[in-house]
Amino acid sequence: MPGTLPETAADLVGGFTPEVFAAHLASLPSAPAWWLERKRAAYARFEALPMPSRTDEGWRFSNLSGVRIDGFSPAEPGHARSPAALEVESSATLSFLNGLPAGAAPVAPALAARGVVVSTLLEAVARHPELLREHFMAQPQKLGSPKFAALHEAFVRDGAFIYVPRGVEVEKPIIVVHAAAGAGTAVFPHTLVIAEDNAKVSVVDYFASVDGARQFACGANDLYAGHGAKVAYAAAQCWSLETLSLQFNSTVVRRDARVQSLNVHLGARQARHESLSQLQAPGGFSEMLAVTVASGAHEFDQRTLQIHQAPNTKSDLLYKNALLDASRTIFSGLIIVDPDAQKTDAYQSNRNLMLSDDAESNSLPGLEIQANDVRCTHGATSSRIDPEQEFYLKSRGIPPKAANELLIFGFFEEVLDRLESEDLHAALRALIRSRFTA
Amino acid sequence: MSEITDTLETAIENPVSGIDQASGNFKYEMTYDFDAGTGLNERTVDYISSVKKEAPWVHEFRQNALKTFFSKPLPTHWASKDLENINFDKIRYYLSQGLKPKRTWDEVPADIKRTFERLGIPEQERKFLAGVEAQFDSEAAYSNIKEAVSKQGVIFVNSTEGLREHPEIFRKYFGKVIPTSDNKFSALNSAVFSGGSFIYVPPGVKVSHPLQAYFRINAENFGQFERTLIICDEGAELTYMEGCTAPKFSTATLHSAVVELVALKGAKIQYITVQNWSSNVFNLVTKRGLAHEESEIKWIDCNIGSRLTMKYPGVVLRGRKARGEVISIALANDGQHQDTGAKMIHAADETTSTVVSKSISVGQGRATYRGVVHIPRHLKGCKNNTECDALLINTNSRTDTYPAITVRGDKHAVQHEASVSKVSAEQIFYMQQRGLTEGQAMSLSVNGFINDLARQFPMEYSVELKRLIDLEMEGSVG
Repeated sequence: MPGTLPETAADLVGGFTPEVFAAHLASLPSAPAWWLERKRAAYARFEALPMPSRTDEGWRFSNLSGVRIDGFSPAEPGHARSPAALEVESSATLSFLNGLPAGAAPVAPALAARGVVVSTLLEAVARHPELLREHFMAQPQKLGSPKFAALHEAFVRDGAFIYVPRGVEVEKPIIVVHAAAGAGTAVFPHTLVIAEDNAKVSVVDYFASVDGARQFACGANDLYAGHGAKVAYAAAQCWSLETLSLQFNSTVVRRDARVQSLNVHLGARQARHESLSQLQAPGGFSEMLAVTVASGAHEFDQRTLQIHQAPNTKSDLLYKNALLDASRTIFSGLIIVDPDAQKTDAYQSNRNLMLSDDAESNSLPGLEIQANDVRCTHGATSSRIDPEQEFYLKSRGIPPKAANELLIFGFFEEVLDRLESEDLHAALRALIRSRFTA
Repeated sequence: MSEITDTLETAIENPVSGIDQASGNFKYEMTYDFDAGTGLNERTVDYISSVKKEAPWVHEFRQNALKTFFSKPLPTHWASKDLENINFDKIRYYLSQGLKPKRTWDEVPADIKRTFERLGIPEQERKFLAGVEAQFDSEAAYSNIKEAVSKQGVIFVNSTEGLREHPEIFRKYFGKVIPTSDNKFSALNSAVFSGGSFIYVPPGVKVSHPLQAYFRINAENFGQFERTLIICDEGAELTYMEGCTAPKFSTATLHSAVVELVALKGAKIQYITVQNWSSNVFNLVTKRGLAHEESEIKWIDCNIGSRLTMKYPGVVLRGRKARGEVISIALANDGQHQDTGAKMIHAADETTSTVVSKSISVGQGRATYRGVVHIPRHLKGCKNNTECDALLINTNSRTDTYPAITVRGDKHAVQHEASVSKVSAEQIFYMQQRGLTEGQAMSLSVNGFINDLARQFPMEYSVELKRLIDLEMEGSVG
């Protein structure tokens, strides 16, 4: 760009210098050569790509000065204890602290016998290289962060690998805890979910900080739903309120598959969440949900892309933000209907509940439609609590603070109601509540 | 009439591609008395300024704008890459036959007059207009305001006359609503502007009939850069209409206007555009109004012609209870990209704005809605409502929607909705079994889609719009 100073090598890599990367590779002595090679290629991309700039449409309205990656370094093996998992009955759990395995409850032998795998990513690198090659970070980075996705791939230490073979159904959710500890720590949580044809699985990611210190989380999760598969994914993001969080989600939906993903954003000083849904074959359905509580001077930056690549596919997005104090939110969503993706049914809705005179919401709901026989609608609203509802509760003698909370929960309930698991619904509601009472 | 370089035949062979331009697609050979040559540099600007015998401040304004124009990049990081096909060195920036517009049609040179007669301008003037300005390439050839209206103190002149004869009124507002550096094309216009209307309506005067300007591009490789400034003083009311056509050349033509509106306390301005440039015109226009307390600015913007239109009429709602409205109709046919929209900048309490946009994409046409709604910190009671509907006619038609909505604070209500649909097969079937052809049924359906907006046009324009849509829809099915 004319007029801007060229970035120096230090600006481009922050705390993630070639020396730090070499040390990271040295910490993976048992990893196979192809895995290390992939990481080297990712690091080279990370090093070469520019930081996002003001003229990048994918970063419009973002506070770029908050996306600094210097002053962080990859986590040292910790000895802090991992936070308690969510109180949800599960089929299996996996915990990670600073990227290293920190306890697991394995999947029932009956499921394991049918081929269900719930393991660490490094185990899968050794045992299922062909699955990783096919699905790990395999989708395009279309939402503005190829640099940070490359950073993730270069530094990811370990993560969750969940594989459900054809026709197998795992009823209870699989819970994955990703925890970070220590000031200045960078973590790279990863969850890979592969549901083969007609399989069914439910996965919950829980991101938390052990100590409330300033951390950098650069995470990714890949969801793959084969023909007729059903995947339910939920993430509760509860990083410390000082944390910089970048998370990249990719969802691939094959023929007649259904994927529901819900992201509950409660933590971080600045959080960016990119979510890409690709509807690749007829009959696929992707439901994209999010609930965000933004307070203090925090910024939540959500970028979504629903790509309809085949006829007769459906997507439904509902992102709700409650904005307190001097918080900011950005919702930038795009529905793309490819030529020939006739009979697409796509919906996109962003609702912002303004709870403070200092809060700021930005909505960029977008459509790019190249087929005519479609039903595509989007809507965005930003408004305060309905004064009539407020008045009604007041007239019933409910104190203003309690009334406000009721109305905020009512606002979120429309999203949470879509969860199939009542257990999970209750656990997430409790997490949101704790955010208000804290 | 032998010198008419007419391409009507092509329009007949391919009714979808060119028929909307048919009414304006003719050209008479001209000789120009003033010609700034091809390409753009400081001497071009000096030439324009000296021909117009401008005051030193205007000359300086132009030269500064030229520097800004050169320093600004094309906005291709978000806009269409087609912009890169504009060759600024191959454009003629100023062409005119004379500087002073004529007050009667009899005085207008015959070769210019027959152009406007063919377009029906003198007839419209007699029928329902309070005043007309007819611009031919760089300068107005004709400008007249009915005596009754001028007696009320209404000033209706072109920009050259306005700056020379009424600087005390126009200098105060000139370039204030749209600063030179607003974007690359507003800077270009500020450097080489010529023509356009300067209108002042005194306090309390309600102009009962519309004022109209008609813009005609006649020369090939020409750039038209009209500059319009309309000031409605306290409590005044005005409706202004503009129309435009150009013949279809084999090379691209550039039209880049700047239009500034100022509505003082309680004033009302309605600005109606029916844009029907031929399909080789780059139409890159900046339009913005400044609405003071309790005033109202309404843009009715209808885009049918051009190759690429980029135009987002805006209202800066500066005074309490000011109201802004944009009604946008766009029709994109094969080879056309209508990139239109609206900007609503709320800057005072209790301001309200409405945007209704309807677009129709035919064949491989592409219609884009781009919008900004901005409500800054510590205001109260602001409202915006935006609705965008897109209709896709053929399987390969394209539409995009890119709104950006920023709301600060908890005392506002903002709502945006958009939908995309195709013509209902059931409707078409019903009309066909009542005896309409598929084409007629399609036209009727499309007209129904925009009917509630078209009704807001003055009758003469809405009839014209319906006719244009009927023509555009011919041959679009089957």
